[in-house]
Amino acid sequence: MNDMTPTRAEREARLEGMGCKRKRVEDVRFTQGKGNYVDDIKLPGMLHGDFVRSQFGHARIKKIDASKALALPGVLAVITAEELKPLGLHWMPTLAGDVQAVLADGKVCFQNQEIAFVVAENRYITDDALQLIEVEYEELPVIVDPFKSMAPDAPVLRPDLDGKTTGAHGARKHHNHIFEWSVGDKAATDEAFAQAEITVNHLISYHRTHPSPLETCQAIASFDKVKGELTVYGTFQAPHVIRTVASLLSKIPEHKIHVVSPDIGGGFGNKVGAYSGYICAIVASIVTGRPVKWVEDRMENLSTTSFARDYHMTAELAATRDGRVTGLRVHVLADHGAFDACADPSKWPAGFFNIVTGSYDFPVAHLSVDGVYTNKAPGGVAYRCSFRVTEAAYCIERSMDILAQKLGMDPADLRMKNFIRREQFPYQSALGWEYDSGDYHLALQKAMDTVGYRQLRAEQAAKREAFKRGETRDLMGIGVSFFTEIVGAGPSKNCDILGVAMFDSAEIRIHPTGSIIARMGSKSQGQGHETTWAQIIATELGIPADDIMIEEGNTDTAPYGLGTYGSRSTPVAGAAIAMAARKIKNKAQMIAAHLLEVSEYDLEWDIDGFRVKGNPERAKTMKEIAWAAYNAPPPGLEPGLEAVNYYDPPNMTYPFGAYICVMDIDVDTGVAKIRRFYALDDCGTRINPMIIEGQVHGGLTEAFAIAMGQEIKYDEIGNVMGASFMDFFLPTAVETPHWETDFTVTPSPHHPIGAKGVGESPNVGGVPAFSNAVNDAFGFLGSTHIQMPHDAWRLWEAARRLGV
Amino acid sequence: MIPGPFTYHRPASIEEAVGLLVSLGEESRPLAGGQSLIPMMKLRMATPEHLVDLGGVAGLKGIDVEPGGIRIGAAVTQAQVIGSALIADRLPILRDAALQIADPQVRTRGTIGGNVANGDPGNDMPAVMQCLGASYVLAGPSGERSVAARDFYLGPYFTLLEPGELLVAVRIPLPSAGHGQAYEKLKRKIGDYATAAAAVILSATAGRIATASIALTNVAPTPLLAEEAARLVVGTSLDAATLKAASAAAKAIADPAADGRGTAEYRREMAGVMVARALVKAFGRVKGA
Repeated sequence: MNDMTPTRAEREARLEGMGCKRKRVEDVRFTQGKGNYVDDIKLPGMLHGDFVRSQFGHARIKKIDASKALALPGVLAVITAEELKPLGLHWMPTLAGDVQAVLADGKVCFQNQEIAFVVAENRYITDDALQLIEVEYEELPVIVDPFKSMAPDAPVLRPDLDGKTTGAHGARKHHNHIFEWSVGDKAATDEAFAQAEITVNHLISYHRTHPSPLETCQAIASFDKVKGELTVYGTFQAPHVIRTVASLLSKIPEHKIHVVSPDIGGGFGNKVGAYSGYICAIVASIVTGRPVKWVEDRMENLSTTSFARDYHMTAELAATRDGRVTGLRVHVLADHGAFDACADPSKWPAGFFNIVTGSYDFPVAHLSVDGVYTNKAPGGVAYRCSFRVTEAAYCIERSMDILAQKLGMDPADLRMKNFIRREQFPYQSALGWEYDSGDYHLALQKAMDTVGYRQLRAEQAAKREAFKRGETRDLMGIGVSFFTEIVGAGPSKNCDILGVAMFDSAEIRIHPTGSIIARMGSKSQGQGHETTWAQIIATELGIPADDIMIEEGNTDTAPYGLGTYGSRSTPVAGAAIAMAARKIKNKAQMIAAHLLEVSEYDLEWDIDGFRVKGNPERAKTMKEIAWAAYNAPPPGLEPGLEAVNYYDPPNMTYPFGAYICVMDIDVDTGVAKIRRFYALDDCGTRINPMIIEGQVHGGLTEAFAIAMGQEIKYDEIGNVMGASFMDFFLPTAVETPHWETDFTVTPSPHHPIGAKGVGESPNVGGVPAFSNAVNDAFGFLGSTHIQMPHDAWRLWEAARRLGV
Repeated sequence: MIPGPFTYHRPASIEEAVGLLVSLGEESRPLAGGQSLIPMMKLRMATPEHLVDLGGVAGLKGIDVEPGGIRIGAAVTQAQVIGSALIADRLPILRDAALQIADPQVRTRGTIGGNVANGDPGNDMPAVMQCLGASYVLAGPSGERSVAARDFYLGPYFTLLEPGELLVAVRIPLPSAGHGQAYEKLKRKIGDYATAAAAVILSATAGRIATASIALTNVAPTPLLAEEAARLVVGTSLDAATLKAASAAAKAIADPAADGRGTAEYRREMAGVMVARALVKAFGRVKGA
């Protein structure tokens, strides 16, 4: 060694591997406006399509007259259900086993439902033509309240299902009923409640909201009649699934369909499902022989393609007088809108809602969920969460606070008392999950110590006295939330989409000079995969991350994968990457042994290559091995250095975290100010701490929005209210609070690199933290639960109801 | 989100603009900053056949001192109002209000003239102009006339502006030095219209309010001059009972609609809260009282 030889630390740093705050490589193009999104793509001869949409929430369509539109110069086609019928495409299957009208077939079931698709030379003519299409309606009675959906005399919302007593998930007990799902030991749970010293019982509603990515849903379909091939560019979180669905629907063989997801401007679940716009663009391209682009506007996005939540949860807790939980019983009324278009990758109609026992050691629990139809947009989707996990976390975290209040216990102390203990992992939950790892006590204690929890409680007690004396009009609330997530969908025994198992994949190819191209079945929408995937490979294979190109989203080149949502990329695709890299590493070791003329067993891995045990001067770097792999492989060994891995995870992963929110509410206006928000996340092994921090900031901002006002609201006749950014609360930098982030590290024992996923954690854990803070602020006035969203006027009304 | 077809006109003078508006008739609309009209056109809630762009019209810009007050050209943007040292010094309420309008991008294009002439009850400047006792200079085919801001508004998007008339300037009498001014606006987020807002200008001598003017934004079909509330505070040192009475008087004239910002009752109550808060703030800003 001489002075020029890099130290081990320098070699390690050069890789920019796992644990490094590597700057996001994709941001070089994003921050310069050089991203390539669907709407940036312009194909020769491209036409533009757009929808005529329903004015009404529920109506029969008596007549559609498109003659004036068709007479407008530049209009090429107007497609209605009548045109789709001969192709069998007027209805499409949903990801939840229901069917959905691609274009309204005789009636509309929600406002803004797609009725006709107009195709013209440019967007201006398309919009002009839309105004010329005359639709004659006969209005029908509307149901927007899921609690009224199953009334005996409720109007039939889905005549296409008339007489069907069985749906995709078992028996239907009413013409507007979709499914009933129950899990857990009912008899034992009922017994626990019968014996309970203390019980609480509350209806906890999680209102309807929307993921609202900045880029709306869009697609361009281009059908080549000569080759019989279809190319679709789209905002797809799961491009391979879209290709499979397109093939099944269109009967075009899968190998003749090319699906490309270019850069995507946020998804948050909105871009998982299949929408009418995709189908209509494809049909229009086949009909016209020209490429057809469809781009949603903001109102269409907020009011049609996907919603989230709309879960109405009646939660009961049983406990001892000294605060040990003994049972949990939950019933959910789930509003799925007009079609059950849940983008649910699990085998169950309420997804992973049975994580509702949370972080607590419930000996018994029982859960039942009823899904119903209403005259609202179909869905829902998992808005930055695994399916129904956010609802479950909100349900249990709110319930624990309600129980603490009844017991007169501090909510943090109640949690500490009931946490699953570190030594109980792997832990079998009462509702059927095996939690992989956790140290909940450590995490909450660290959170409490960092924020000075006991001092905050003392300050709050003093403020309450001051409030009672009339010296202040502010109420101080402290919200504690401790969430356990279930992500990484998922094991094939638990998960599939339309029968496709939920594995994911990676293909890594090392070039002779030692640089890499790697392709995955996942698809970044802002998560930074191009940065973090390279970091995993860098650490596994000793090649600098800067020498690794990551490519996703093109079904012609990427291995089949199920895409990116529900924090599944790191738990599933991230594992596939590590496993593929390890295959390469095994072969590299054989080559290194050949080059060094030693046995493979005499070699050990050392940061960026193999060295001879006990003789570290004799070593080969991966770059040297790569060259030899192609040009001088050991005799009998196939040349080349690449590997593919398809990873079917053995279990889900269970990230967790402790969040504490401190807020002050002005009772005269209802305005809440977030004074402090502390978020401790344990996502297992941390690949890029800077990207994790960014994920947490984004998810907390969404959680803040949802809890404090973001809502898709309908009036009683089915008009969707405020489907624009004037009313729909998307916080700007001005409204967004300051976030403090922190972490503990409890690796997943079953994941190749111990990583658990983090993208959705802040949304899941954040919402209950805000809502618990609001409820905590009002608790001493006699309130037990105030429904979300907690916007100013509702908090003002809550204050007034409580007489302050 | 694509406007319908229209013909674009770009006059160079007020006379030419008025001439176009007269000759093109009801299907023509003047275009200033476009921050209200263009979104309405994109939603096809407004479908003018002719747009008369005022961007090239001379004589609509500038903030000038004139005897007894200042004159703000209709095409002066909110950003220019915010940047004006004269306004910051003598009419800080205008700056406060402008800073609460939408966001920096909108303020860079949106104009004073458009804000006051459009008749949108959600706009902030009309109540401020009523509070200040401003008048609007309207140019029409038969010359100019002046209309008090307090008389101008008849209903939502319905004002004293006649077809063919163009609002070319706002004239504001300058309050004497020492007045306290405040604009309190409750809104859900950046870019939103007011849930309720109140403009207050007052003067005081020996610790008691000598003159007061109060106006309300977005709690009725038009901006409201809260005369009774103003009368109640004059002669007082703004004790709790007076604040309560002034709030009650303001609430009594408010007639808000329920919307995403809250129920009608909430918004009426907030009108009262904003009046009280603006009064306290303005009183605290009185100099040399």
